[in-house]
Amino acid sequence: MKARVHVMLKDGVLDPQGEAVRHALGHLGFSGVEAVRQGKVIELDLAATDKAAAEAEVKAMCEKLLANTVIEKYTIEIA
Amino acid sequence: MKAAIITFPGSNCDRDLADAFAKAGAEVVRVWHKDTALPSGVDVIGVPGGFSYGDYLRCGAIASRSPIGQAVADFAAKGGYVIGICNGFQVLTEMGLLPGALMRNASLKFVCKPVTLKVATTDSAFTAPYAKGAEVVFPVAHHDGNYTIDAEGLKALQGEDRVAFRYAQNPNGSVDDIAGVLSANRRVLGMMPHPERAVEAQQGGTDGAALFRALSGMLAQA
Repeated sequence: MKARVHVMLKDGVLDPQGEAVRHALGHLGFSGVEAVRQGKVIELDLAATDKAAAEAEVKAMCEKLLANTVIEKYTIEIA
Repeated sequence: MKAAIITFPGSNCDRDLADAFAKAGAEVVRVWHKDTALPSGVDVIGVPGGFSYGDYLRCGAIASRSPIGQAVADFAAKGGYVIGICNGFQVLTEMGLLPGALMRNASLKFVCKPVTLKVATTDSAFTAPYAKGAEVVFPVAHHDGNYTIDAEGLKALQGEDRVAFRYAQNPNGSVDDIAGVLSANRRVLGMMPHPERAVEAQQGGTDGAALFRALSGMLAQA
């Protein structure tokens, strides 16, 4: 079973890297970009076969390590 | 007084920190990240700067979950003294021993220069030797020193007098110019600037020496 975790900065937390990307896009002539937020994607191959159990386990992983919930939020996709 | 200095793969200020403690009269023991327990009789733990685990995932994230991490957390929970500098500060926030988080500098640039700090509180073993509001110069060298905390947390830090140092000129975008913070019991200090790089004249200044002397002296009496 595969899991994909998206980690993003929480809304309201300024993303300096996203801002830099937005500026760079502007320099390249992409004038319509109003905001850029940069995050990360983490893919996991899991031994689990039960979707609910896998999701619960990945949620625990997010809380303990994969995301810093002080500044980041996450979403989990199980496939 | 016995100081334990933790070394992670990628730590690069561990020897400077050990030297600063030794120069202040402490007995120094070095602890490896794979150790699961601290040597007996440790009075203070130093978590050094550097790039632990290559800053993978987030700065300090992997180190904070390393085998020695639990021992450090237990030591702090029992009221032990811990100082985390630069990457060490990031490790302590990732462990949850200190509130907030360190984000990429607002300028996106790595800043490496001496900075002037103001001593924001003298109510801690670390800052007691300084006068409140006194200016000290410590070097900074970091890419992710932009301290952030939610409004409620910031209010708590301010209300409880837990901001240890503030930047005179903010080099990284930190909220409220915060350079270092204390835990609720005032025994855990995290700071981005490097006092251990300001203990000998050859380093360009000695403003950091008092911090290590005070810590060594106070804990020796305890």
